[in-house]
Parts: sequence; C-alpha cells; structure tokens
Amino acid sequence: MPDKNGKFGEFGGRFVPETVMPALIELEERYEALKNDAAFQEELHFYLQEYAGRPTALYFAKNLTAHYGRGKIYLKREDLLHTGAHKINNAIGQALLARRMGKKKIVAETGAGQHGVACATVAALFGLECRVYMGKEDIERQALNVFRMRLLGTEVIPVTSGTGTLKDATSEAIRYWVTNVEDTHYIIGSVVGPHPYPMIVRDFQKIIGEEVKEQILKCNIEKLKYIVACIGGGSNAMGMFYSFRNDKAITKIGVEAAGKGITTNEHAASLTEGRPGVLHGAFSYLLQDKDGQIIEPYSISAGLDYPGVGPEHSFFKDSGIVEYKAVTDEEALQAFKRLARIEGIIPALESSHALAYLEEIMPKTQLDETVIVCLSGRGDKDVDMAIKVMGGL
Amino acid sequence: MSNLSETLQGLKASGRKGLIVYLTAGYPDYATTLETVLAMEAEGADVIEIGIPFSDPIADGPVIQHAATLALKAGATTAKSIELVAQIRKNSRIPLVVMTYVNSILGYGKEKFIADFVKAGIDGLIVPDLPLEEAGLLEDICKRQGIPLIGLIAPTSTVDRIKCIAQKAEGFLYCVSNTGVTGGQHNNYDQIGTVIKAARQVSQIPMAIGFGIGNSQGASAAARYADAVIVGSAILEKLTNEGVIGVRSLVRSIREALDEEGK
Repeated sequence: MPDKNGKFGEFGGRFVPETVMPALIELEERYEALKNDAAFQEELHFYLQEYAGRPTALYFAKNLTAHYGRGKIYLKREDLLHTGAHKINNAIGQALLARRMGKKKIVAETGAGQHGVACATVAALFGLECRVYMGKEDIERQALNVFRMRLLGTEVIPVTSGTGTLKDATSEAIRYWVTNVEDTHYIIGSVVGPHPYPMIVRDFQKIIGEEVKEQILKCNIEKLKYIVACIGGGSNAMGMFYSFRNDKAITKIGVEAAGKGITTNEHAASLTEGRPGVLHGAFSYLLQDKDGQIIEPYSISAGLDYPGVGPEHSFFKDSGIVEYKAVTDEEALQAFKRLARIEGIIPALESSHALAYLEEIMPKTQLDETVIVCLSGRGDKDVDMAIKVMGGL
Repeated sequence: MSNLSETLQGLKASGRKGLIVYLTAGYPDYATTLETVLAMEAEGADVIEIGIPFSDPIADGPVIQHAATLALKAGATTAKSIELVAQIRKNSRIPLVVMTYVNSILGYGKEKFIADFVKAGIDGLIVPDLPLEEAGLLEDICKRQGIPLIGLIAPTSTVDRIKCIAQKAEGFLYCVSNTGVTGGQHNNYDQIGTVIKAARQVSQIPMAIGFGIGNSQGASAAARYADAVIVGSAILEKLTNEGVIGVRSLVRSIREALDEEGK
C-alpha cells in the first residue's frame, strides 16, 4: 500500500500538472531507494532521538482518569518534542531526503505554523534555504510561530488569495514548486497531496504508533480499547493508527473539527460531511459544493482548518478501519481548559479536539479498558487565540 | 475529422500559424464572455479555449486565478457555462475547447459534464491536473463523446513521457513553455522547442505553445517552434483594463505578427 499509481483503494493518485510529474516520479524512486538504506535510516534515527527528543513518553494521565472514573487514559506526548509538535518527525525526514537528492532549497505551506516552524528549524539545522507560505489570516492568529520561523531564518510569505488560510497557502506553495521544481524540494506537512507524499509523510510519522506498541508492553496495558487522534490533513492520526490498522480489537477514532457545528456551514469536517473529489493532487474526501468548488473550511484551530484530508484516511473510512467523528470549537476549548487544570498540560487546540472526544467514549469504557490519546502538540501557540475567546479567565 | 482537427490541420497544411485564445467563462459576466469570443474570432483567432472557473486552479497564475475567483463570486456555474457554449454555437462555428480542473468535472458528474458540453458544442477538453497516469479517468468518456482529451507536455517532461503523450495525442498537443504557471513572463522557447522536436518524431499532431505569451513579439518567437500559440492571461488583462476593444487590438496585433512569421 499504496499501489503503483499511489492509490489507496480508489483514493490518492497524482492529479498534478505535467511539469511536476517527473519530479514526483524522481522523489518516489529516490525515496524507495533510501527507505531501505541503512545509513539513511541511521541518520534519521539519530536526529529523531538526539535532536527532536524521541521516543516521546506514553504518559498515564492519572488525574484525567480519575476525573472520568472509568478506564485508564494515556497520552502520547508528541507535545514534548523539539518545536512542540509531531510535525518535526516529518520535517527531519524530508529535509534529509532533500539533502540526499541534492536540493538546496525547501518550500512548505503551513496553517497553524507548527509545520512551518518544523521546516524552518530543519532548514537552519541543515543549512537549507527555506520559504514558507502561510495564509494572511493564519499569520495574524499565529504571530508567535511567524516570529519563530523568521528568527530561524525562514522567509514567511503571506497568502491573500481565497480566504488566506491553509488551503490557499498550499496552492501557492504548489505553484512555487511547479516554477522552481529543479532546485527545490516541497515538504508537504501532512499525509495529503499527490503520491508519493501521503506515503512518505505516513512513513515518517508512523514512529508514533510503533513506539506506542512497545510502550504498551512496558506499561503492562492489557486491554487497549480506543486510540484517539485529531484530524486536519491527518498526519498525527495516521502516525498513531498505522501500526494498529489490522488490530480489530482496538477502536481507532479520528476527530475532525466541527467548528461552530456540523449543521452550520462553518466546520472543517471533510470526512464526516464531505464527499470525494480532487484537491491539491489527490482524490480524497473534500468539502465542496455541487459544482466541485472547494468550500472554505472553518475551525478555531488553524491546524485543522483544511477542506481535504489524507487519501489513506478516506480509504480507512470507507473500509471501516477507522471511525471518524467531529467535535465543535466549544467542546475543544472545554477540553483545552480541562487538561490544563487537571493535568498541568496545555494542549494544542488541534489535540484538544481529540481530548474532547473523551467525553463521548469514557462513559462507555470499562474500568479495565485503556484509551490512548495522541497529544499531537503543545498549546503555547494557541494562547493568544484562547485569550480572545476565553477572556482573562 | 472534427472541427478542431480540421481547423488546425488545415492551418498546418497552409503554413499559417494558429492562434488559440483563452477566456474565463463568466468573467466579468457571461454576456461579456460571449461578446469577446465573437470579437476575437472576427480578429482572426482560430480556436477559443474557454476556462470553466475552479476555486483552486493550481496550474494558473494570478491573472487567471483572479478571473476565476471573480467569476465564481459573480455566480458562474458549470450549467451557465454550458449555456454560454450553446450561445456561442448559435453564432459561430469556431472550434471551442474547454479547459478546467478535474474536480469541476467530478463535482458536476464526469459523464454528464462531458456529454452536456459536447451537446452544447465543444470540440475538445483540456484538464491541466490530469497527467498521463490519471487520464484513464476521462479517456473513455471523451472517446465515446467523440472529443479529444488534449495532452500536455512540459519542459521537464522526460523523453519517454514525451513520446508516450505525443503518441496518444489528439486534436493538438499543448506544449507548456516554462516550468511554472500561466501568465509568467517568458521569452526563451528553446527548452520547449527541444521537447517539441522530440514529440514531432513520433507524432504529426499540431503543436501549440502556451503559458507566458503576452504580446505579438512573444507570439512570433513561440511560433517559430510550433504550429500554434495559446494566449490567455494577456487577453484577460486587456479585458480587465481596456474592455473588448483592447482585446480586439491585442488579438489583431498577434494575428498580424503570426501571419508575418508564417510567410
């Protein structure tokens, strides 16, 4: 998986201009060769461990568990990684890949800025020139991450087309890549885009679930019942779910952003409310109107504010491997506050969506059953946003 | 032979360089699109490319993207664009080629999209985000409906890909002048010229260069390498700044330059 055309079932593929097809084919070939290259894997492992801080803890959230009084809740602490989110796993992997391909420049898109910061970080580390496209609206709501990227020496380019969010930043990054494909590697930040990107990003993120598998044994977790992760494009969720995709005893739940409510038009729940179509090079579930025009998504969390989703998630949905649900801004904010108050951990608003879904599943969980939530990132970047909506508390 | 092939083969046989012009359907409104199409035909355009606006046109530069955004805001839909094609057909036999992105076609329903446009009178279809590997999605439907799915080659295309695409090509082959999006400034056609040479080894199909051709000098330079040139962003800019009159004079000047080149 995927097949030779990059399809997961009917999803995925390469719906891109001819100009970039040779670059995608080259990337696929180089990646396939490096995947089994011991020196490359060793280098990747070194940076993930010594620079990024892997493995991350699988933390038993005792207080949160007591709060619900049912099964046991564990948090996979991707928020403890360097730069504050799982995005660094993929950025390191792809920067090493770019270096092996002899590309000196990288381009990326970012929504909440976590992927942008991760790219800016690896660009500084490996001496690559980096430019990051970011929607104007996201630049305003994620000022901290914009400053971090600039401090790291990256050029942040505001995107004003469309509604100036992640969707438009992605289109602009693709346009830049199309124009500069000869010396530039495009680091896509999630399991989206044309083949081989969904596969590459998944491979660099699947370490999350692989670690969990080992940690389950160390922690003596016997009855793992649920794994929960938030979904924008879906990279942390894919990283969590992939290793457990054949394990039918574990219910995997991907939580999308229902924004102001699934019945309003202001949400970003592409799997729950969308239908399949093509955006940014892949066939996958999308928010679109009857003519196939992309509907602008909405979420309080810039990182989930994307009208599409990774094609492998679409495949997981249709084949029943993963269940996809959605929670509102309000529910996510409650979870944001809850974890801060109960566990002393401020989660990213993205991750807060996954935490919010505990409200649904914990009442159904037995005492001896375990739930693992992927805490994909920390919430520092969202504090300004939270002050706006929650006030001074 | 189809209207499109007949026109382009005829031009090729007579040694005259073809002029393909692009407009976004419904920009700034459908009445203007219709008026502009007829004006361009009168000034000597050989083929009209009608862009069906899409919200996320990744192969297009700022001018065409902006036109699509405004057209959609003004209420452009696929159904209205089909009606526009029918209107043009009532007034003209000029070959019409529809350009749009995969999702516009899937959104409306791929069978219905192609059938409805063919019924209204189009002669070909260009889908810039449908490379060789994915063409199977629409190939059979286009065949059944009797229109060519126009292939694209780029300066980055490898020799194997060029051959494969050229051998399958029908109508004409769309040769992208530069790595990049529509509307970029461009004056050197050597790179795509080399690609076209490779394509000509395996195919007799007319070759058209597009992307970045903005004026008569650019058109002349491109025409040395190809059988036809495609002008898009520059037409929309003229339409925005000077109206249909401006488009008329641009098309006329390019036509004259191409005729000079063909001599």
